[in-house]
Amino acid sequence: MTTLTTTEGTPVPTGSDPFLSVRDLYVRFSTEDGIVKAVDGLSFDLERGQTLGIVGESGSGKSVTNLAVLGLHNPKATEIAGEIHLDGQELTGAKEKTLEKLRGNKMAMIFQDALTALSPYYTVGRQIAEPFMKHTGASKREGRQRAIEMLTKVGIPQPTLRVDDYPHQFSGGMRQRAMIAMALVCNPELLIADEPTTALDVTVQAQILDLLKDLQQEFGSAIILITHDLGVVANTADDLLVMYAGRAVERGSVKEILTRPQHPYTWGLLSSMPRLSSDVNEALHPIPGSPPSLLNPPSGCAFHPRCAFTAEVGGGRCTEERPLLPEGRAAACHLGPEQQHTFFTEQIKPRLG
Amino acid sequence: MTDHVTLPAPRDAAPAPGEPLLVAEGVTKHFPIYGGFPFKRKVGAVQAVDGVDLTVHESESFGLVGESGCGKSTTGRLLTRLMEPTSGKITYAGQDITHANRKELAPVRSEIQMIFQDPYASLNPRQTVGTIIGGPMEINGINPPGGREKRIRELLETVGLNPEHYNRFPHEFSGGQRQRIGVARALALEPKLIVADEPVSALDVSIQAQVVNLLQDLQRELGIAFLFIAHDLAVVRHFSQRVAVMYLGKIVEVGTRDEIYNRPRHPYTHALLSAVPEAKFVESDEDDRERIRLAGDVPSPVNPPSGCRFRTRCWKAQDKCAAQEPPLLQIAGNGAGHLTACHFPEEPTTAARDEDIVLDPALAAAEEAASQKPADDAGESGTTL
Repeated sequence: MTTLTTTEGTPVPTGSDPFLSVRDLYVRFSTEDGIVKAVDGLSFDLERGQTLGIVGESGSGKSVTNLAVLGLHNPKATEIAGEIHLDGQELTGAKEKTLEKLRGNKMAMIFQDALTALSPYYTVGRQIAEPFMKHTGASKREGRQRAIEMLTKVGIPQPTLRVDDYPHQFSGGMRQRAMIAMALVCNPELLIADEPTTALDVTVQAQILDLLKDLQQEFGSAIILITHDLGVVANTADDLLVMYAGRAVERGSVKEILTRPQHPYTWGLLSSMPRLSSDVNEALHPIPGSPPSLLNPPSGCAFHPRCAFTAEVGGGRCTEERPLLPEGRAAACHLGPEQQHTFFTEQIKPRLG
Repeated sequence: MTDHVTLPAPRDAAPAPGEPLLVAEGVTKHFPIYGGFPFKRKVGAVQAVDGVDLTVHESESFGLVGESGCGKSTTGRLLTRLMEPTSGKITYAGQDITHANRKELAPVRSEIQMIFQDPYASLNPRQTVGTIIGGPMEINGINPPGGREKRIRELLETVGLNPEHYNRFPHEFSGGQRQRIGVARALALEPKLIVADEPVSALDVSIQAQVVNLLQDLQRELGIAFLFIAHDLAVVRHFSQRVAVMYLGKIVEVGTRDEIYNRPRHPYTHALLSAVPEAKFVESDEDDRERIRLAGDVPSPVNPPSGCRFRTRCWKAQDKCAAQEPPLLQIAGNGAGHLTACHFPEEPTTAARDEDIVLDPALAAAEEAASQKPADDAGESGTTL
């Protein structure tokens, strides 16, 4: 696994190690058509009590990254390289037994579709109590008590009755609340929310997002929020990672990225989505083309076939040389910081209104 | 690519908007629920659509928004007469088509076309693109000058696809391209009205804008009227001149884009708009929108609340709301054509209120705790976000 070359800068040692640190993560799947490079050299850090938003289109490697953190990939078909440190503990090569002790206890996940993620065969209460009983050795009775407590916390009405219901008796928003209760039952220090509100209606989405934010303040967990909707991260996350074709293309705080985005892909994302305050007479500015296949990603910068600024870089650098993502607030792009600033203020910003 | 949409054979000049094209009056669809043993009998009904009035004018784009299960799609299917309404009346260009049979509908069907949500499910995988787009012409026996194939190639070009892909199969195209094939099929008969049921919600963010721009160009340049059904309020705002908001089978508010988005009166419209997550692009820009968080989910349409259907989640509900169903009227303070069905309408503004409305019990409790916490241990907690 050490044959893979390091493409990103080594982390700058800070005072203390971050709570979650992912360094040069590679995830590859072998398929009949070839090797899919789902995640290609990704690094990020996350501190306790902070929320990291990961945005990108489908197939950009957002979910695959987080399944790798939890160790949920099938080891037979997947090749994972790189380092994942959770609170100083190495997770990439860890034994299944070690991971089992961490999953549901120290790290937990909220899935997108609550109906498929919950088992139709067990009551909601039992599914919430299960990780609690397994990790703390609590009795069935204590587990049930804990399940009722958690259901109250996430706002399920009449929790003492609803704890014995099956998932199909819950509505969509209640199921998502039950899944949040299940993820939080052991007070995890890391919570991964994979498109937690995509399947929900907008009024319910607002309730769930606010609830997650409030529960985070109470529990102090670190949250990774995966989404394709920049509006969702704008109000919920502290830091933001924009992913494209398995790589991080821009990193920074939410405020920095929304007010001064540097990467042409981020510009494209921002100017292609209509907002409630945008000018309706102005046409949308879509990103031309479609996302690349990860079986055979484009050479150099993976975004170059869809990028409008390759000519500005010149010398064919975009098609030949892969731009690196420096540490800190940065974008993986060959455009110089001054060019980025001029293009954004002159061409992109007027579109955003 | 949508900048240079080429237009097919010249058409009659688009009629000025104003003439009502499709009119629905009190349209209702109840799906029966059967139960009982040993003889199954009707035990109830899903009141999917319950008395919807709406008018789509010629060459107008009309948006229909609402949450899942509110009856948007059923309304779309009723108006295209893919379903027969339980009661009410549907008029297309002056002709009553409410209970028209297959034969009577045939000439109308060619003028009302549909674009479906899922481009992976709405195209036959065993037919080539040419066959798919040519299907409507074959069924209606239309032989355009120059032959069908020429017309199909023109249509492919109109929607921004390569005409040489005539003989390809749907699986060879990406999601956005497939949706373009669906658009080309809807255009094949030069329709007067297109019902687009969530045409972009299955697509990736960067592709959505491509399809929205394409539909908008077609709407403007060909003068086709659109009924645009979607749950994404920002997309509907961008596309539609007039908008109707649905809740649990009823239209609660209808008006022009500006009226619905800037001067809403119905509490549900307020709640819906305030729930849209918005990214702010300007620094030090405080969120100046009102904040309303409803409790729970939409009630079941099998047994909807009496009176006003929104009253179970409304912060202004009183006894009158349970007893009396509010009619869809132009209430005091509304412009012409801005109709609201509410006994106690809100102020026509979306600006932030003095106090947020938080009805969700868990959220209210958590926020209560959070607002007291800093007072208790302001010294030790330095990690407040």
